Amino acid sequence: MGRAALLVLADGRFPAGGHAHSGGAEEAVKAGRITGAADLEAFCRGRLHTAGLVAAALAAAAAAGADPAGLDAAADARTPSPALRLTARRLGRQLTRAARATWPSPELDALAGTFPKGAHQPVVLGLTARAAGLGPEDAAYCAAYESVSGPATAVVRLLGLDPFEATAVLARLAPELDRVVDRATVAGTAVRTAGLDTLPAASAPLLEIGAEAHAAWPVRLFAS
Amino acid sequence: MHLDHSHPGPAAVSADARRPDGARRALRIGLGGPVGSGKTATVAALCRALRDELSLAVVTNDIYTREDAEFLLREAVLPPERITAVETGACPHTAIRDDISANLEAVEDLEDAVGPLDLVLVESGGDNLTATFSKGLVDAQIFVIDVAGGDDIPRKGGPGVTTADLLVVNKTDLAPYVGSDLARMAADAKAQRAELPVVFQSLRAGSGVADVAAWVRAQLGAWTA
Ligand SMILES: Nc1nc2c(ncn2[C@@H]2O[C@H](COP(=O)(O)OP(=O)(O)O)[C@@H](O)[C@H]2O)c(=O)[nH]1
Ligand SMILES: [Mg+2]
Repeated sequence: MGRAALLVLADGRFPAGGHAHSGGAEEAVKAGRITGAADLEAFCRGRLHTAGLVAAALAAAAAAGADPAGLDAAADARTPSPALRLTARRLGRQLTRAARATWPSPELDALAGTFPKGAHQPVVLGLTARAAGLGPEDAAYCAAYESVSGPATAVVRLLGLDPFEATAVLARLAPELDRVVDRATVAGTAVRTAGLDTLPAASAPLLEIGAEAHAAWPVRLFAS
Repeated sequence: MHLDHSHPGPAAVSADARRPDGARRALRIGLGGPVGSGKTATVAALCRALRDELSLAVVTNDIYTREDAEFLLREAVLPPERITAVETGACPHTAIRDDISANLEAVEDLEDAVGPLDLVLVESGGDNLTATFSKGLVDAQIFVIDVAGGDDIPRKGGPGVTTADLLVVNKTDLAPYVGSDLARMAADAKAQRAELPVVFQSLRAGSGVADVAAWVRAQLGAWTA
C-alpha cells in the first residue's frame, strides 16, 4: 500500500531543506576523517546505527500515532548538542511546511500550531508519512535512508567524490539499512503501549561534538 | 504578479498573499544574477533610497560565507535585525528555486520580528545565467548583469535575462574600459525580452539606483492596490 507516496516522500528532491545540510560530513571532511569512498562508508555506517536508528524509531512512533509532543521531548533528550537540536527543529519546520502543502492534514496543522518554530524533524517525518497514508515502517525507511543519503550527497560536493562511488556506498549499506529499519519499527510501534522508554537512545558523541564545532565556523558550505 | 491563493491553518504554507492573521504580507522581490554583477550593491543602494519611505528587510543567500549580509551590516543600510542570511549548502539556485523552504522561513521570521513590512528584498547567492527565483518565494524578480561580464550576455539569453521582471545592466561606468557596446547590449536585450523593462545603471555615477527604485515603487503600488 502507498508505495508511490513513499517514493514521493523519500525523493531527495522533496523540498524540505535537506540539501543545505551535510549531516556532519562537512566537519568530518575538514577534520580529515572522510577522504574518500571507504571513509564515507564508515561514516555513514556509524551515523546509520546511531542518529539514524534513533530518528527512524521516532519517525515510526509518530507514524504509528504516538503523541508528537512526547516524541519531541524524547528527541531532545537524545540530542545533547544544542546545535543539532536547532538543526533538527529547523529541518522539522521546513518539512512541516512542505508536508502541509503536499498532504494537507489536521494533524500536521495541529503540529504547526504547537511547534511554530518546528518540532524535531523525525517526528514531523512520521506525521508526514501518516498524512501520506504511509505506515511506521515506511517512515522509518525515510528517516534511516536520509541519515546516510544526506552525507553521501554532501561529500560528492565537498570532495568532488565520484558520484557513482557515493551511490555505490549507499547501495552497499542497504542491507544494514533494512535491519536498522526493522529494529526502529519494532521500537517505534511499541511506544503507544509501552511508553517512550522503548525508543533507542544510541548516540554518536563525535557527531555531537563535531556539530558544535561546525556551527561556530565563519565559512562553511553546509548549514550543518 | 500576485499570488493570491491561501491556505487555512495556523501558519502560512507557501507563497500566500496573506499572513496567518489575515494581513497582507510584504511584497517580496528577488535579485539574481552572476557573482560580482552588483546585486549586493544594488540591494544596499535600494535600502538607502527606500528606507525612509518604506518598512524594509533583506534576506541574503550566501554561497559559503555570510559576506553579503556582513557587507550590508557594515554599511549600516538597515538595522541588523532587518537583515537575515540563509545558508544554501553549496547550491544557491536550489535555495531560491527548487527548495525554497529556508528562504520562506527567513522572510516570515523577519515579518514576525520587525514587521509589518512593506518590502523584503531577497538576494540570491551569485550563480549562473539559468538561476531564477521560484514564484513561490518572490512576487517579482530582478536579474542583475554587468557590462564587464561581456557585452554578449544579453544576446546569449537564458531564463534570467529573458524572463526576469526587470533586467538591470550594471556598471555602465566601466563600459569604456572593457570595450562593451551599450547600444548593442540594449538591442540584444530588447530582442530577448520584448516589452519587459531593462535598466542600464551605474552605482558609481549619474542617478545611481534611481530607475530601479522607481520600478520597485511601481511594483509595490500594484501589490498594495
Ligand atoms: N564600477 C562599478 N563597480 C560596481 C558597481 N556596482 C557594484 N560595483 C562593484 O562590484 C563589486 C561586486 O559587487 P557586489 O554587489 O558585491 O556583487 P554581487 O556578487 O552581485 O552581490 C563590488 O566591488 C562593487 O563595489 C557599479 O555600478 N560600477
Ligand atoms: Mg552579493
